[in-house]
Order: sequence, then structure tokens, then C-alpha cells
Amino acid sequence: MPSLHLENVVKRYGAAAGSDALKAVSFVVPEGQIMALIGPSGAGKSTLIRCVNRLVEPTSGRILWGDVDLAALDSKALRAMRRKIGMIFQEFALVDRLTVMENVLSGRLGYVSFWQSWRRNFPQSDIDEAFRLLDRVGLTGFEDKRADALSGGQRQRVGIARALMQSPELLLVDEPTASLDPKTSRQIMRLIAELCRERKLTAIVNIHDVPLAKMFAERIVGLRDGKVVFDGTPEQLTGEALTSIYGAEDWEEAGQRALMKFVHHGADAPVIDQERLAGLR
Amino acid sequence: MAEAAPLAVGRTWRRPPFIANARLRWLLWIGVAVYLAAALGTLDLNWQRMAQGLERGQRFVSGFLPPDFSSRGEAIFEGVLESLWMAFAATVVGIVLSIPIGVGGARNLVPQPVYAVCRSIMAVSRTLPEILVAILFVKLFGFGTFAGFMTLTFATVGYFGKLLAEDIESANQAPLEAMRASGATWLQRLNYAVQPLVMPRAIGIAIYRLDMNFRESAVIGIVGAGGIGATLNTAFDRYEYPSAAAILLVIIVIVLGSEYLSAYCRRLVR
Repeated sequence: MPSLHLENVVKRYGAAAGSDALKAVSFVVPEGQIMALIGPSGAGKSTLIRCVNRLVEPTSGRILWGDVDLAALDSKALRAMRRKIGMIFQEFALVDRLTVMENVLSGRLGYVSFWQSWRRNFPQSDIDEAFRLLDRVGLTGFEDKRADALSGGQRQRVGIARALMQSPELLLVDEPTASLDPKTSRQIMRLIAELCRERKLTAIVNIHDVPLAKMFAERIVGLRDGKVVFDGTPEQLTGEALTSIYGAEDWEEAGQRALMKFVHHGADAPVIDQERLAGLR
Repeated sequence: MAEAAPLAVGRTWRRPPFIANARLRWLLWIGVAVYLAAALGTLDLNWQRMAQGLERGQRFVSGFLPPDFSSRGEAIFEGVLESLWMAFAATVVGIVLSIPIGVGGARNLVPQPVYAVCRSIMAVSRTLPEILVAILFVKLFGFGTFAGFMTLTFATVGYFGKLLAEDIESANQAPLEAMRASGATWLQRLNYAVQPLVMPRAIGIAIYRLDMNFRESAVIGIVGAGGIGATLNTAFDRYEYPSAAAILLVIIVIVLGSEYLSAYCRRLVR
């Protein structure tokens, strides 16, 4: 299985060169690596992973998957290539009024004819695989439920099964846990990481939650204003590194403790106010 | 602390006005008032004539009573049947034609030129009032239901197509992106990520259009396009007000019935 090379990928919205969403981003994701992409809102994380499967057209640069330049494919070759690239979305992007099974099988649309997909007449091997995946993500017996009848965590499991249905080699994951509670977030990230290892998938995971990224990714890339400002292991992601990605903030535990103290001693808070106001007079 | 309080207390707040410039705001108000006064001044209200009109209206309405279903019963029955068929056929054909045009009028699915063409077709169809189209088609195809059918089909394309296009554009775009990411073709995307989302509303609109077409068939019948409208027109021409009342009642009952039917169908497809 190939590795993913990004070479000077630029994305420009409109004409102004100064405000590029991506400014010559380059990095390599070796085969089988789970890479977390972190950074503040608007840093270009979503744009970057959408450039890889060309949901967003990169303005310039090369995106090599093995020796194929994804950025240069014509529309037919691109469609064939997209089958090899699974994607998992923040808001799940399920079709609410279709059943769980139809949603999972929609991962095979690139492989079957329109006529087959219209009649929901997928090959038996696809249906076997769909049932296997539903078992694997913990949704045994949910095949005939409508997607909008599921909870957030269950919906994301359907999203994961759909992406894997493509038998992808590369997985693009866009904020998979942003609409989930902390416990479900961990379960979902664990499931994604496990499945990537089982199937030896290369994965780029956009994620807001830094502790979660540290827990499940082998490598972390920090994006700020469309530029890579950090690239290293979870251990190397210190408070200093976080400042370079997100800007100055108290990342240390001491700050956390001070905050907790402030919250717990709420009654004392006016004292602080008084002191601050004293300076104004 | 007591000294700090005045900082926070007693400050007033008002919602910023919609038009920030106070002079412009007052000018607009004065303009509205002047225009309203001038408009009322040109109306030339004549209370005496209004009183007479009321009385004549009363006589006119009492002329309708009691509604007479029997003396023109057969003509009414045939007219209703004709109108129902005309409305039904026009709705079905109109919707079949408007699906490709509506899809083509959705900005998120097609390239700009296709979008422009489809939107123009729908705009033309909606600009021309049914009654004008009916007059044109009666001239083209002669008196009778075929002209009516063509008129209502033409009107349905503009109406259904536009609402469909709008619905597609405002539907959740995430599934569409997901289908694109999985390598689905355009038709597959349409079938999996658009159709299921717009279906309930499309069915609701279709049934509403059916009852609109039925009501319109009563109007366009007056200019010669057949159906219950022609029957109604004949009844008025012959001063058979009780029969006309019966026809109006039948129309109301059928429209009410379709109202219930559409509510029921929408509940089914939710």
C-alpha cells in the first residue's frame, strides 16, 4: 500500500494571494500511519483533507498517492480513485431517511452500476461485508432501522462502516467526535484506530480535542493559518508546541488548578473584582 | 463595593433601530403617511352606492339559495369528472416534466448554464397567469379539455419545478458530499443523497398542486378550456344561480377532500 505525499499544496479562495487557506503545505504520511491534524478553527484542516480527495480543488501543488498525482486526475479517474479513499464526517453525513443498511451500502456506489444501486441490488459479497462491518462496529441487528432513529454514537458507527465498505486504502476523518459526548468520543476514536490497524489503513484525522489526538494518533501535525507549525509525536506536543499552534494560553496543569480553585471558591470572587476595580479609581 | 455599584446600574439599553439614520427614518415615516393619505383621497368613496351595492349583493346571494343539484345534475357530474381528469393528468404529466427541470434548477447539482436555462423555463411558466395561457391554448387547440390539460401542465412545471429546486438547494448537503467522496456518479448521488431528503415535501407539493389544478380548471373553463368551469360559466350565462351554487359547493367539497388526502399522505411518507 502506498504512502501519501503532499507537496506545496496551496488553496486560494478568491483572488487575494495573501489570504490563502493553505500556504504551500507539505508532509508525508507513511503507509499505515494514523496522523492527527490539529489546529484552531479556520486553520485549514477541513480544507486540507478535502483537497486530498478533491471535494475541494487545490489551487496548486501535488498530492501523490504512491505515484498517482490526485491533484491532476480527470473526473473519471478521480471517481475511480475516490473509491480507495474513505471519508468520515463530523455531522456523520448519513442520509436520514434511508435505512442503516442502505447507508452502509452507499459506500459501494463507486463499484456498482446506477441500475444496480437504484434497485438496491448489490452483489451478495457486498451484503456479506456490510453485515460483517455492522457486527464489527457494534450495530448487529440495526440494518433495517432508519438512520435518523439512531443516537449520535450509533450514527457515527454507521458512518465508519460506510467508509470501510469502500475497502479504502486511505481514510480521511473530519472531526469525527465533534458532535459527541466525551465517553462516546473516546469509544469512536478507539474504534477508528483499531480498524485502521486491523486493515493497515493510512489515516488523517482532523480533531479539535488535543488529549484525544494524543491518545490515539501516532503522529500529530499542527496547522495554523494554513501552514504546518508542528510535526511530531504526541510526546513532543508540549505546552510550548501548543502555543505555537493555537496561540498563547496557559496549557499547564497549574493553570487548570487555579481555575478549579476559582470555581470552587465562587463566594470569594467579588474580592478579586474589588481589587481590580480599585485600580480603576 | 457599594461605590462600584453605580458603574453597573441604571445604564439604559435600547435595540438599535433598523434604519440607523434618524432623519431618513422619519422621512420614510412621513412619506408613508403622505402616500397613504393621497391614496385614500383618490378612492372617491360613495357611501350611498355602497349601501345600494350591499343590497344588490344580498339579492344576488339569495338567488343562489337553495342550491340546485338535480336539474343540471348530469352536466355537473360530467363537468366535475372532466375537471378531475384534466387536473390529474396535468399534474402527473407536469410533474414528470418538471423533475428534470427542477433538478436542473438546483445550483448545487448542475453547471451554471444548465441552471440558467432551467430557471428561465420555470420563470416563464410562473410569470404567465393560467388564464392567459388558457386563452392562448384554446386558440391553438380549440375549445375543450385538451387546451385545459395543456394549460395546467404548463403551470405545474413552473410551480413544482421551482419548489423542487428550492427544496434540493436547502436540503442537508452533507450526504451529497459523502456520496461524492465515495466515488458515486451524478445519478447515484441524486438517487441516494437527494431523492430521499426531498421526497416527503415533493409528495406534499404534488398533492397540493393537484388541488390547485382542480381549482384552476374551474377558472380556465370560463375561457373555453372545458371542465367544471365551462359548466359553471353556462350556469351563470343562463342565470341559473341555484345550479351555479351547487357547482361551487361541489368544488369546495372536492378541495376540502383533497386537503385531508394530502395531510394523510404527508403523514405516511414522513
